[in-house]
Amino acid sequence: MEKIKELILSTVSDAVIEQKQKLTVTVEPNKLHSLAQALRDNATLPFDFLVYLIGMDRGEELGVNYLLASSTDLSKEIVLKTNTADRENPLLYSIADLFETAQFNEREVYALMGIRFINNPDMRKFFLNGDWVGYPLRKDYDANPELNPLSVESKEIIDIAPRIMETPEGLIEETVRIFNDDDYIINIGPQHPSTHGVMHFRTSLDGEIVKKIDVHSGYIHRGIEKMSESMMYPQILHLTDRLDYLSANINRHGLCMCVEKASQIEVPERAQYIRTIMDELNRIDSHLLAWACQTNDLGAITAFIYGMREREIILDIFEKTCGGRLIINQNVIGGVMFDIYADFQKDVKAFIPYMREKLVEYDRFFSHNVIALGRMVTIGVMTKEAAINYGVTGPAGRGSGWSCDIRKHIPYALYDKVDFKEVIRTEGDSYARYLNRLDEIEQSLHIIEQLIDNIPAGDIVAKVKPIIRVPEGEYYQRVEACRGEFGVFIESRGDKFPYRLKFRSPSMALVSAMPLICQNEKISDFIGIGGSMDYVIPDIDR
Amino acid sequence: MQEPLEISNLTTWLDTTLRGIMPSMWVILIECVLVGVALLAAYAVIALILIYAERKITAFFQARYGPNRVGKYGILQSVADMIKILLKEIVKINRVDRFLFFAAPFFMIVASMLTFGAIPFGKGLHAVDFNIGVLYVTAVSSLGIIGVLLAGWSSNNKYSMIGAMRSGAQFVSYELSAGFALMTIVVLAGTMQFSTMIEGQRYCWNLFNGHISSMIAFVLYLISGHAETNRGPFDIPEAESELTAGYHTEYSGLQFGFYYLAEYLNMFIIASIATTVFLGGYMPIQVHGWEGFNQVMTFIPTYVWFFGKTAVLIFLSLWVRWSFPRLRIDQLLNLEWKYLLPINLVNIVVMVIIVLSGLTLTDLFPSLF
Repeated sequence: MEKIKELILSTVSDAVIEQKQKLTVTVEPNKLHSLAQALRDNATLPFDFLVYLIGMDRGEELGVNYLLASSTDLSKEIVLKTNTADRENPLLYSIADLFETAQFNEREVYALMGIRFINNPDMRKFFLNGDWVGYPLRKDYDANPELNPLSVESKEIIDIAPRIMETPEGLIEETVRIFNDDDYIINIGPQHPSTHGVMHFRTSLDGEIVKKIDVHSGYIHRGIEKMSESMMYPQILHLTDRLDYLSANINRHGLCMCVEKASQIEVPERAQYIRTIMDELNRIDSHLLAWACQTNDLGAITAFIYGMREREIILDIFEKTCGGRLIINQNVIGGVMFDIYADFQKDVKAFIPYMREKLVEYDRFFSHNVIALGRMVTIGVMTKEAAINYGVTGPAGRGSGWSCDIRKHIPYALYDKVDFKEVIRTEGDSYARYLNRLDEIEQSLHIIEQLIDNIPAGDIVAKVKPIIRVPEGEYYQRVEACRGEFGVFIESRGDKFPYRLKFRSPSMALVSAMPLICQNEKISDFIGIGGSMDYVIPDIDR
Repeated sequence: MQEPLEISNLTTWLDTTLRGIMPSMWVILIECVLVGVALLAAYAVIALILIYAERKITAFFQARYGPNRVGKYGILQSVADMIKILLKEIVKINRVDRFLFFAAPFFMIVASMLTFGAIPFGKGLHAVDFNIGVLYVTAVSSLGIIGVLLAGWSSNNKYSMIGAMRSGAQFVSYELSAGFALMTIVVLAGTMQFSTMIEGQRYCWNLFNGHISSMIAFVLYLISGHAETNRGPFDIPEAESELTAGYHTEYSGLQFGFYYLAEYLNMFIIASIATTVFLGGYMPIQVHGWEGFNQVMTFIPTYVWFFGKTAVLIFLSLWVRWSFPRLRIDQLLNLEWKYLLPINLVNIVVMVIIVLSGLTLTDLFPSLF
């Protein structure tokens, strides 16, 4: 990392480097792009994975935090910061040309924080309508409902994107059209059976072939990050379950760990065991659902029901443990809320061989079916470079040959004590993503197998003060959720509420890659690829 | 009477009685009306039974219960659904081509009704016995596609349009294969009339008579017939995960009900034509020289044989439908134009050679058949 510091100083001489929770570099707005480029193109340790991009209201100034990680070693991280004092018309430089994943994130920052990015090719608001008054995540936001009244009028969708480009003559504001006049556009969504939620893809077609996709999101945006700023930490836990509801337990685990590490709470060993087992059960549950939905998207309804049948057993185990099935409210800050029930081990141990048997059945029933192969092999190919550039993690990223499992790179809970394989395939097509999920179920079973008999006795929750105040600072915790890397960012000013809280959503990266990998595929395959990417909409529309 | 359970006994009795009391023109008129009513009733009842059967069988495949609330084992579920669909409002859609939009479901239902009328359900249970029965069935069953195309076009909806265009391509392609497969058997049977064809299969079904060639034709017919009914894995015109409901997205109430009925009946029609042409139709299983056995088999009425054989084929079709994922449009057309059609053309030639050089089973082993 010393070499990296040298590199940073040689690129931007007046950069301020601090060692906080992570190595933090603050630079002037106009130097950020060149610094990010230098870090990305660094040959020995390329920082080519943009983990998050967070718009910050720092009080007087507005700014953006970037977390860059190396795709070869995810534990190498650098935080970049930049600020602007102009609150009326804040402008920063875009890095969307370096990291494609920045494209949607910058649009999100514009919608919620009001910062516009120079050179971003499409500066429409993400999540919000273009005519929304005010920027919700700013501290001085006026939430008066009269400013943004509920409208029952249907609005025309305008496919015109404003942008600010830097030219030798200075900055010019211009607009570009997303589609041409003679494009045949169909709206896939917001209400469509295969978008897996309220997602809207404006798709231009040439016959059956997809030419261009324009993603509209925000139909179920609930402003969870804004809500969190007025909630105490134990209250925020409940909101994490409402992000990616299929990996609810893992999301919650992420937030718990973030707070625990920040306020140095030691989690008892027994709780760690329970958490890890529950996380893996949750992962199997989610992958089963993903498998089922993918087969359903390809038209095999029976396979869908088979997936649901096995998932039911896990949900029963969850229900017996803590009453919840989908959203299980198990993790709390300092440990877990409920101890495992008497027959927990017996039930889980009965489930493991049963699930293995069913995996063989899935394989026989669907994985080698000639039609299924025709619909998945070489369809929706995403290269490793694209996966890194778009920040696509999880089974989809690993299907493109990118080793991006947080459990391996930055082990948390008990993942450094158990033996498991990171499933990697290099084909990058729908089939690789499909097989990855099935193989990850097997690996999760293997992890559970190693832990289930060794759960130590002891407390399930550490002694935690009734009101948790996180010490001042910025904290980020990464966990491996079912769809990729989930992250929790907390900026605390020593209060019982977070000053700023942000979730890194794996699904948003998955969706941002859809226009790339679906181009020139058939419309049927667009649906199939969507199934193989397996995004969950509430995770995008936080 | 040798066959006491046949419905044809009843119809013959009715005919004689009527002729005894009124002039023959009136008799024919009354009988035409009766036949029409009977066919319409059978059409609706068979559809209801099929819907129930499909739901139960699918439930069995999918480890579920299926309908089990209305009536014992949910037997009345279809009836309840029918009443519901009759009472439902027909939603008026803005900016549709009203005339075509309303006309489209009738094309669908009329085409399948016309085909339905020409099917021999049992001995004497055959509304019209054309001497070109096979040709007639192939011709009228392809009228249905007009309904689909019109529905997609007049709905003024892009999803419907894509669905209709897909089904146009699909129907035209698979019609060819289905027709050629039937023609292969016409070559073997030497007739296009269903009754003669069935009579010719008394001791040896066409499926076995033309051995290799017949078997190939049978498989080809099942595949292309299945594709013609727009059911999975060939359900791309509807493809609910892609096109929500394809060409009938905008239809509601009874208009949708027509499409729904026609879909199930088409499945039945395809299976019954396959039964008639390949599996001996309503003819009981008969073995040359086993008089006692033949007697027992003949005691079972012919319509039971017909519906039994058809049911087996329908079960096969359901099995396929609920096991396979959906094909993509280009894969579907590839399958037809690059594989099925060439195989079919070669198969007809092979069949001609088999028939001309006396290689059919009946020719080879005359003592057995």
